[in-house]
Amino acid sequence: MIALHDVHKAFGAKRVLSGVTLEMPKGESMVIIGGSGTGKSVLLKCILGLVVPDRGRISVDGQPAEGGDRDAFLARFGMLFQGAALFDSMTVWENVAFRLRRGRDKLPRPAAREVAVEKLRRVGLGPEVADLYPAELSGGMQKRVGLARAIAADPEIIFFDEPTTGLDPIMAGVINDLIREIVTEMGVTAMTITHDMSSVRAIADRVAMLHDGVIQWTGPVGEMDRSGDPYLDQFIHGRADGPIAAVR
Amino acid sequence: MSLIAALGRSFLALLATIGRVTLFAGATVGHLLRPPFYPREFGHALLAIGYFSLPVVGLTAFFTGGALALQIYAGGARFSAEAVVPSIVAIGMVRELGPVLGGLMVAGRVAASIAAEIGTMKVTEQIDALVTLSTHPMKYLAVPRVLAATLVLPVLVAVGDSIGILGGFVVGVLRLDFNAAAYMRNTVDFLEFWDIGSGLVKGAVFGFIVATMGCYHGMRSGRGAQGVGRATTDAVVSSSVLILAANFLLTEVFFSA
Ligand SMILES: Nc1ncnc2c1ncn2[C@@H]1O[C@H](COP(=O)(O)OP(=O)(O)OP(=O)(O)O)[C@@H](O)[C@H]1O
Ligand SMILES: [Mg+2]
Repeated sequence: MIALHDVHKAFGAKRVLSGVTLEMPKGESMVIIGGSGTGKSVLLKCILGLVVPDRGRISVDGQPAEGGDRDAFLARFGMLFQGAALFDSMTVWENVAFRLRRGRDKLPRPAAREVAVEKLRRVGLGPEVADLYPAELSGGMQKRVGLARAIAADPEIIFFDEPTTGLDPIMAGVINDLIREIVTEMGVTAMTITHDMSSVRAIADRVAMLHDGVIQWTGPVGEMDRSGDPYLDQFIHGRADGPIAAVR
Repeated sequence: MSLIAALGRSFLALLATIGRVTLFAGATVGHLLRPPFYPREFGHALLAIGYFSLPVVGLTAFFTGGALALQIYAGGARFSAEAVVPSIVAIGMVRELGPVLGGLMVAGRVAASIAAEIGTMKVTEQIDALVTLSTHPMKYLAVPRVLAATLVLPVLVAVGDSIGILGGFVVGVLRLDFNAAAYMRNTVDFLEFWDIGSGLVKGAVFGFIVATMGCYHGMRSGRGAQGVGRATTDAVVSSSVLILAANFLLTEVFFSA
C-alpha cells in the first residue's frame, strides 16, 4: 500500500501541493484526475523521490519512501513519464531493455532484446521499430515505447503519466486494456494520470481528484457519477461553468 | 548602501557556487571508486572527448608552433640570439601553450557538448527516468566523462606538443633557413623530462575541469531550450576561466623554485 500523509510542495512562491493525503491499496488501479497544472505529475514524482516534498510523509508498505535502500525501493517501480523521456542516444529496444541489462539479475543482450520485442508487441509496436532511434518515431509511438520500458522489468507498482494522450482512439483502447490486464492478471498496483474520462472508466478501481493542492474527492469508480461533489461533476462532464475557474 | 548589499549578495552567491562545484567534483570522485562501473559509456566518452578532438587540437598546435617560431626569431634577432628558436619553441609548447591551448580548445568543444547533452536529458526528464530505472546519474553520466577527459587530455596534449614543435620546425626550416638536423638536435638537447611531464599533468587537471564543469552545468540546467543554452555557455566560460586560473597555480607550484 502506498500512503501519503499531508504532503506539501511549493516551487518558489508557487504552491503546488498543499496537504495531499491519499491511500492506494495494493493490487488496485488508482486513477488521478485533475485540471492541467494542478500538480498530478509532481505528486507521482514526490512518491518516487524525484521531487522532494517540503513537508509530509510518504510510505510504501509501511516503509518510508526516503532514506533506506533507494535501489531496492526503486526496483519495485516502473514509470511512464508524461513526455516519454526516452534516452535518445539508444535504440528503441535498448531503451525498453535498459533495466534488464543492469543490476543483479541482468540478462545477456539477446535475451534482453527478446523481452523488449515482446513488450513492444504488447503496446502495439512491431519488431521493425526495435532498431530505430526514438527521434525517428512519432509522439504516440514514443509514448508507447515509454510504456513498454515502464513494464519491461515486471515491477510491482507502475505509474503511468497520461498513457493515452496523443494516441488514436483504437490505440488508446489497446493501452487501456493493457493497463487493466496488468493490474488484474499480474496483481500490479497501478497509478494512472489521465484527462480522458473513457480511460478513467476503463482503467480505474478507484479515482482521486486533485484540485487546489489537495485531494478534492476520492472513491471507487462506480461512485464517481453520484458523488454530489460539484468540482468532480464539473470535471467529469467538462463544463466550462462551475466552481473550477476556467482561467488558472 | 544598496550597492554594498548587492556586492555582498554576489559574493555570497559566488561562495555558494564554489561550494556546490567542490561538492559535485568530490561526489564524482567518490562515485569513481565505487561500483557499478559503465565501461561502455566510458568507451563512448573516450572516443567523443579524445579521438574527435584530435583535429582541432592538432591544427591549433601546428599554427601556434609556427607563429611562435616566427615571433621568437624576430625577438631573438634583436640581440643576435636567433639560435634559441628551436629550444624556446619546444619549451614554450610543452610547458605552456600545448596544455593551455589544448585545454581551451577542448573546453569549447567538449564542455559545451557535455553540458548540452546532459542539460537536454535533464529538461526532457531523461535523468529522472534514469533514476527510476535504478541507475545513478552521477555514476552513469558524470563519472565516465570525467574519467575519460582526465585520462585522455594528457594524450591530446602530448600529440599537440609534438605537432606544435613540428609546426615550429617547418617554419624554422622553410622560412627561417635553419638546418633541419641542427633544429632537431637543438630541440631535443635542451628539453628536460619535467618540461613535458608538467604539461601532461596540467592536461589531466584541465581535462578534469572541462568534464566536471560540463556535467555540473548540464545537471543544473534550467527548464526548456533556454536553460540548456545557458548551461552550455556557463560550462564553456567557467571551464575556460578555471583552466587559466589552474594553469597559473600549477605553474607557480611546479616552477617557482
Ligand atoms: N521543476 C519544477 N520547477 C518549477 N515549477 C514546477 C516544476 N515542476 C512542476 N512545476 C510547476 O508545478 C505545477 C504543477 O505541474 P505538474 O506537471 O505536476 O502539472 P500536472 O497536473 O501534471 O499538469 P498536466 O495535466 O498539464 O500534465 C505547474 O504549475 C508547474 O509549473
Ligand atoms: Mg502532468
